[in-house]
Amino acid sequence: MGGFISALPGAISQGLIWGIMAIGVYITFKVLDIADLTVDGSFCTGGATFVVLFGMGVPVPVALLAAFGVGLLAGLATGLLHTFCGIPAILAGILTQLGLWSVNLAIMGMKANVSINVINQENLEKLWVSLRFVQDVAKGARPFYRHPIFVVGLFTIGVIVLLYWFFGTEIGCSLRATGANGNMARAQGINTDVTKVLGLMISNGLVSLSGALLAQYQSFADSSMGKGAIVIGLAAVIIGEALFSKIFRNFALTLLSVSLGAVIYYAVIQAVISLSNINTNYLKLISACIVGIFLSVPYWKGKYFAKPVKREEVASDA
Amino acid sequence: MLELKEVYKTFNPGTVNEKRALNGLNLTLKEGDFVTVIGSNGAGKSTALNAIAGVWPIDSGSIVIDGQDVTGLPEYKRAKFLGRVFQDPMTGTAATMQIEENLALALRRGDRRTLRAGITKKERDMFREMLKTLDLGLEDRMTTKVGLLSGGQRQALTLLMATLKKPKLLLLDEHTAALDPKTAEKVLNTTDRVIKEHNLTAFMVTHNMKDAIAHGNRLIMMNEGKIILDIGEEEKKGLTMKDLLDKFAEISGSSIQSDKVLLA
Repeated sequence: MGGFISALPGAISQGLIWGIMAIGVYITFKVLDIADLTVDGSFCTGGATFVVLFGMGVPVPVALLAAFGVGLLAGLATGLLHTFCGIPAILAGILTQLGLWSVNLAIMGMKANVSINVINQENLEKLWVSLRFVQDVAKGARPFYRHPIFVVGLFTIGVIVLLYWFFGTEIGCSLRATGANGNMARAQGINTDVTKVLGLMISNGLVSLSGALLAQYQSFADSSMGKGAIVIGLAAVIIGEALFSKIFRNFALTLLSVSLGAVIYYAVIQAVISLSNINTNYLKLISACIVGIFLSVPYWKGKYFAKPVKREEVASDA
Repeated sequence: MLELKEVYKTFNPGTVNEKRALNGLNLTLKEGDFVTVIGSNGAGKSTALNAIAGVWPIDSGSIVIDGQDVTGLPEYKRAKFLGRVFQDPMTGTAATMQIEENLALALRRGDRRTLRAGITKKERDMFREMLKTLDLGLEDRMTTKVGLLSGGQRQALTLLMATLKKPKLLLLDEHTAALDPKTAEKVLNTTDRVIKEHNLTAFMVTHNMKDAIAHGNRLIMMNEGKIILDIGEEEKKGLTMKDLLDKFAEISGSSIQSDKVLLA
């Protein structure tokens, strides 16, 4: 139990970082109604881009921005495959993801992983988030505001505020309409191809940004770091929805619940690791099972426990 | 206002399911015309409407709206000229968005969308006033998700959305077919009122002959992808259902084998 408690700050930090990716997944999966598998590739693209640029002496904010940028490009690729080439969204995402595997290796100079030398104190001081800061803050060697939970938490709030503003604008509304009802959107003069591409770009930009933060946190990027990312993202979206949808109705709070969903997911995974002797290689299987079950719940509910939907009568009082 | 010239459209060409849906369709609508379109199943009524809306490209011919050739324009670009209400109440509105958000989207039809606010306070006040005219109590529920509304309420809302920004042409695709008779009548009356109020040009496809006779100032009957009967304002005034059925028999050279198809 003590092991779990002491590992919790790290798990929460990591959960918050993945939460930003989950918010990206939310945009495609829930807002646009597209299951975008680009994520597994673009997550690593962001991480690799960040580590390589940082190694070249590029300042952290610029490297993070660049990671966001390559994510936009990954989303653009999937978006064009889907809209311009007419490939089903799920397949378009798989194609981009596959292609990104090579791209990611190329970014890393054809190596399977690249790392940031955090033994070098000068390097370490430049970073915004790092696993080491978790321990440093615990020891009192660093002020609390350098704790990754604090830093990534601020990041998350910034992302949510920006997205909340964006989805309230004319363009943001047309993006939501595209996901809600494409026919209606086109009838209102919205070019649904453009909005879909835009949504995929923003989503993958956030996923890449999240990958960059994780690479920074763990001080390395690895070609397989994005494997199963989409499942973690979906898990976060579903957990957030299951636990908070009754109390959080506002869009900003819904995004927050997605982030919290990722934190809870990592806390649970950490508990499983700390409290049992399970071989960690089984974690992906467990994740897949959990997400599978949660995804089927709404279907089962509708099929076997359907309650008559309460609808208002057609202008009965008129 | 609207000019269709020699419009042809064949679905699934070269397959066993080949269907020649529009067969040299010619039609001209004057400004302020409210034309009702009838015909049996597969006559090409809805296909004609979708051709105007640009749901898919036509094989040949030309479509001109308000002097502008729109034949090559995609659906979302033609939206600038058109207000549309669909047969399925689910199609015309975004169920997961609020009533006011749906209206705000419709208000920007044909405009370039920017990073300005998607809905403003002034617009909300305007929407409230307009919703009052529907007499459905929606003005007090502007932030309700449209998915919670009944079919009739959704069609009335779609109608309001279609005319919020005055369209050059209002396209109504059997927009009361999915409603119960009482609600259908209410929506039709609203349709009449809105068209008169804004002096709109309208193209209303219907399955119901009575409605086709009772509404509009012009009636068109389609068969096999063409117009076979075009009745103008004066002649339409004294028109009865029997006249229509007789005329159809006369022109098509055969009596209608199943009245049901036509009368349904």
